[in-house]
Amino acid sequence: MALELKSVAKQVDGEVHIHPTDLTLAPGSFNVLLGTTLSGKTTLMQLMAGLERPTSGQIWFNGRDVTGVSVQKRNVSMVYQQFINYPNLSVYANIASPLKLARIDKAEINRRVQEMAELMRLTPMLDRRPSELSGGQQQRTAMARALVKDADVVLLDEPLANLDFKLREELRDELPRLFADRNCIAVYATTEPMEALLFGGNTATLHEGRVTQFGPTMESYQQPKDLISAQVFSEPPMNSAKVTKQGGEFLLGSSIRWQADASTTGLADGSYMLGVRPHRVTIRPDGAQPVAIRGHVRIAELSGSESTVHFDLNGNDWVSLSTGVHDFDIGAEADFHMDVSRAMYFDDAGHLVGAAGGRAD
Amino acid sequence: MRKTVNQRAWLFILPVLVLVAFNAILPLMTVVNYSVQETFGNNEFFWAGLIWFEQVIGSPRFHDSLIRQLIFTFSILAIEIPLGVIIALAMPRKGVWVSVCLVLMALPLLIPWNVVGAMWNIFALPDIGLMGYTLNAIGFDFNFTRQIGDAWFTLLLMDVWHWTSLVVLLAYAGLVSIPDAYYQAARIDGASSWAIFRYIQLPKMKRVLTIAVLLRFMDSFNIYTEPFVLTGGGPGNSTTLLSIDLVKIALGQFDLGPAAAMSLIYFLIILLLSWVFYTLMMRNEE
Repeated sequence: MALELKSVAKQVDGEVHIHPTDLTLAPGSFNVLLGTTLSGKTTLMQLMAGLERPTSGQIWFNGRDVTGVSVQKRNVSMVYQQFINYPNLSVYANIASPLKLARIDKAEINRRVQEMAELMRLTPMLDRRPSELSGGQQQRTAMARALVKDADVVLLDEPLANLDFKLREELRDELPRLFADRNCIAVYATTEPMEALLFGGNTATLHEGRVTQFGPTMESYQQPKDLISAQVFSEPPMNSAKVTKQGGEFLLGSSIRWQADASTTGLADGSYMLGVRPHRVTIRPDGAQPVAIRGHVRIAELSGSESTVHFDLNGNDWVSLSTGVHDFDIGAEADFHMDVSRAMYFDDAGHLVGAAGGRAD
Repeated sequence: MRKTVNQRAWLFILPVLVLVAFNAILPLMTVVNYSVQETFGNNEFFWAGLIWFEQVIGSPRFHDSLIRQLIFTFSILAIEIPLGVIIALAMPRKGVWVSVCLVLMALPLLIPWNVVGAMWNIFALPDIGLMGYTLNAIGFDFNFTRQIGDAWFTLLLMDVWHWTSLVVLLAYAGLVSIPDAYYQAARIDGASSWAIFRYIQLPKMKRVLTIAVLLRFMDSFNIYTEPFVLTGGGPGNSTTLLSIDLVKIALGQFDLGPAAAMSLIYFLIILLLSWVFYTLMMRNEE
């Protein structure tokens, strides 16, 4: 029951939307498509669903080529960013609609709708119309519609993006439970790395129509294949700077230097790209190997419990994320510490060459 | 906390009140004034009570005009609303043809009403008009100035030509506001095009269609210029709709009292029917 994309590509009017992509999604798996807006998440989902036909390549499901099979015959379902329900049907009729179209008998429809409503906590709202529901309830109705027909592939295209913060957290917590005992392939598109980490499963990082990495979420996070995958999987954006290796030491600019560790000591001398996630750049020394750095503060954003400081390090935009509220003078020099024991090193082609013992986070 | 009362708000609506008073309320009250009095000119008025209302309501002439008016209005609604929706559904949603279609659709709406009447009058003339001549040439005995059926046919056709565009534009605006995701979701469900129309497009067009029905109802119930220019109410009285009849009584016969009473009854009928339409169509909205 696996879904396989075999060098699937999509072009529209000569413009490449998806570069040739190979991807195998296992049955019962939860897969996150992570990428910025316009990175190709929606297009990739529409290809998986059969709403769009690939320009080249094949899509196989359950060992069968389904490239030309229309969406109606594929048993997929989809949840959108907008809350899509039939406007003049009740919640009950909305959830029942895919079953009705599949000509399932009434008693069975009733049983499944009631069960799904219970699971989605929609039972008291079954007689209402979508316009009489809150945004969260409307989206739960749309999800109930997608799940009730036991689709083989359930595609969720940024389903929480239009919800306000509290409802988003609530549904986010419910999602893994909803898919836990289903044998369907779930695909979840999001722009937020945090959501990928929350759901676990597998993550595919997308950048400009290319799947840059696909694998278990923790692995994608801790061992990004290349600089781009690491940047996609980091929020706030990952800090990077050119460094030079000389003997057993790394040198950033002219004065910042630190010892190479077990995973990087074998690297040949030369220039590399350093990657450090913002929460590993802190105001107070932290971690196994903190290295002191200095830079001019550009912007300081204080939230209730965290300080996000943008500063300039040798001409690079860097971000530091520290716990606690700290005061900064904009334009003044400030001291930070980066924990190089959690750093990543990339070669000139952008490939990961050292990741602090495979635990770069 | 005490609620602050701000009397200055009256200042802001005063200009509108004055304007409405001069162009609607005062003329209306003049009509009310005429409707309960008898006059022989010279600015001499005599109290007449409800005589004119009784006379109008009991008059077969008014009944006939009202029935003709109802037949006309419901016929054009029955044709223009579905036709407008069908045309809107058939129009392209994207590409260069969108603007071409929209401009073509808007053209009839830009033509002055009396010109529409004159155009169709000439177009339908059996001896020189393109439509009239062609119909006769292919064997129909078509003469809208003499035959009642032909006159009605031309009248309805003219109104459909002139006003279906309005319904098309409104319905089209409703259609393009439906996000693509609705259609995708319906395709995934395996819904037929009828189901898409019935459960997505129609409910999403409901509000604009309500406006279209109300506008077309009120406009067609008030229609004067086009049928006046096209048929002048004939042959005989066969296409004399309410407003044409009203003008005949008021200006032709100078019966100001009955004409005023008829105007008020006419106004109340439109108000009542508009309310009925609105309530029926908005029944299920919260």
